[in-house]
Amino acid sequence: MFAAILLFAAVVGVLLFIAGRFGGKRDRVVAYLYLAPVVLMLSVGLLYPGVRTIYESFFNAAGDAFIGIDNYKTIFTDSEQLVVLRNTAFWVLLTPFAATGVGMLYAILVDKAKGEAFAKALIFLPMSISFVAASVIWKFMYEYRPDQGNVKQIGLVNQIIVWLGGKPVQLLIDSPLNTFLLIAVMIWIQAGFAMTVLSAAIKAIPDDIIEAARLDGVGPWGMFRFVTLPAIRPAVIVVITTIAIGTLKVFDIVQTMTGGRFNTSVIANEFYSQSFRSANQGLGAALAVVLFVLVIPIVVYNIRQLRRSEA
Amino acid sequence: MTTATPLTTTPPVAVDKKESAASKAKKKLTSPWASLVAIIIAVLWTLPTFGLLISSFRPERAIKTSGWWTWFSDPTFTLDNYRSVFDPDAINLADFFLNSIVITLPAVIIPLCLASLAAYAFAWMKFPGKNFLFIAIFALQIVPIQVTLIPLLTLYVDMGIANTFWTLWLSHSAFALPLAIYILHNFIKEVPSSLIEAARMDGAGHVAIFFRVLLPLLTPALAAFGIFQFLWVWNDLLVSLTFAGSPEISPLTVQLSNLSGTRGTAWHLLSAGAFVSIIVPVTVFLLLQRYFVRGLLAGSVKG
Repeated sequence: MFAAILLFAAVVGVLLFIAGRFGGKRDRVVAYLYLAPVVLMLSVGLLYPGVRTIYESFFNAAGDAFIGIDNYKTIFTDSEQLVVLRNTAFWVLLTPFAATGVGMLYAILVDKAKGEAFAKALIFLPMSISFVAASVIWKFMYEYRPDQGNVKQIGLVNQIIVWLGGKPVQLLIDSPLNTFLLIAVMIWIQAGFAMTVLSAAIKAIPDDIIEAARLDGVGPWGMFRFVTLPAIRPAVIVVITTIAIGTLKVFDIVQTMTGGRFNTSVIANEFYSQSFRSANQGLGAALAVVLFVLVIPIVVYNIRQLRRSEA
Repeated sequence: MTTATPLTTTPPVAVDKKESAASKAKKKLTSPWASLVAIIIAVLWTLPTFGLLISSFRPERAIKTSGWWTWFSDPTFTLDNYRSVFDPDAINLADFFLNSIVITLPAVIIPLCLASLAAYAFAWMKFPGKNFLFIAIFALQIVPIQVTLIPLLTLYVDMGIANTFWTLWLSHSAFALPLAIYILHNFIKEVPSSLIEAARMDGAGHVAIFFRVLLPLLTPALAAFGIFQFLWVWNDLLVSLTFAGSPEISPLTVQLSNLSGTRGTAWHLLSAGAFVSIIVPVTVFLLLQRYFVRGLLAGSVKG
């Protein structure tokens, strides 16, 4: 570990030393020196593998015969893969809006309230723990015990169902309910992010606008509708798109909670199963490319919105 | 912003006209319903973690036969679960904990060093192809990690570094660079150019400017991204599962995920294991959340 850190510190040191010899007279040489390691790492670590994966997505399972767009055909026609696509759609349509909604509501409710910092930390804390740990936490919430006289529920959700007079449910096995329960975990993690960004945006609204609206007799709902929401609109878009991108790539939650079984798989998880478990490299690569293609429009929209809000 | 400052219970003494108008309006807004909703959300967001935390201190039999909420009427306390997950002959979390640290530190420091050089070049130097390069690096943020994994794995095998920490250090560093350069560039750009000009007038070269002028100003940004990257690497599962196949180099997340799959009902081990993996990121988060939030805001909304 220390060897690696020292090695990279040495690389930076050598670069700085060489740069120092030029004494700031020749920007061009120094700039290229500064950028060289970054460009090298990005080319080898992101650019080349990305291109390579696109290429491999046109090959068969073993990666030795060109099969054209067959892998993509499989993704869009095979019944199992269609479930994967359907689940991914559920995830991307539900998570960003639900997490942003909860985050925004909470940010407004605790704004300027007593103990705001503490109240915010409660919601924000799940963001700092791993998706794996979050999955363990929620698996315990969803835990199921068969409905027999002396067996007690140990998962809170099923216990609440029992308290309400219902029968315990195999929450993580029943499809499509299980997919929505996994999505709830992602919402739980991401709401803190939404709240933090939106809270900052809300606090940035100039006081005189709020004051003027108040003098005009605008009520709490009107305040939200006509003052707060328009003012934080750019931030809301950034939050929704950021969470949407994160949701598309979500792998850990599905992997840890169900392993993609019981019809819960999503593209990011299916990619892993196909590439490393089913040894179907071609299909795995194609799934990764589909993921990539789905991310692009969200990012482009995001950047355009950012530009417009800056203009 | 979100600093965990202790709550003051004494009301402000000097209440001027403006404040009273504001507090009046606030009273109108903070109806009991609003507080109730806020409390419900707070409870929903805290209860799952709290339940597992309580469980991690309950005896194995108790966890498996009764809900954690019964603990309030029948409190029992044991450290056995934590002892079991650290048992060197079984779960052995101590080794995985160490692996997590060994993986995370270089994976934070390497991209920080390289990205600050690049961000400096982009912010304060003139060279041909600057805009194109900057946009290209920014655009690389949209490449999902999934797209890179299999070719990288092949590459690491060919280079003979498969199943070493190098695969994780290099991958995490490469994946972090686009965002790191973007965030640091945003911060460096805000440094007044007169400061740089003045240093240049005094005959300082790029190296001197970087270390004496920029580095002190940049510390909050470096901290912000450092925490960001720390949490990301510490919490990662996908990259580790792909490259760190053998237990000698697997981090905590991999072992916890394995446990969850193979011993899905061993709640005494899972709950303790989860909290061992949570301790470090939550501590880092609580101590440095101000910087973390800054990084978050710089990365998502500008300004």
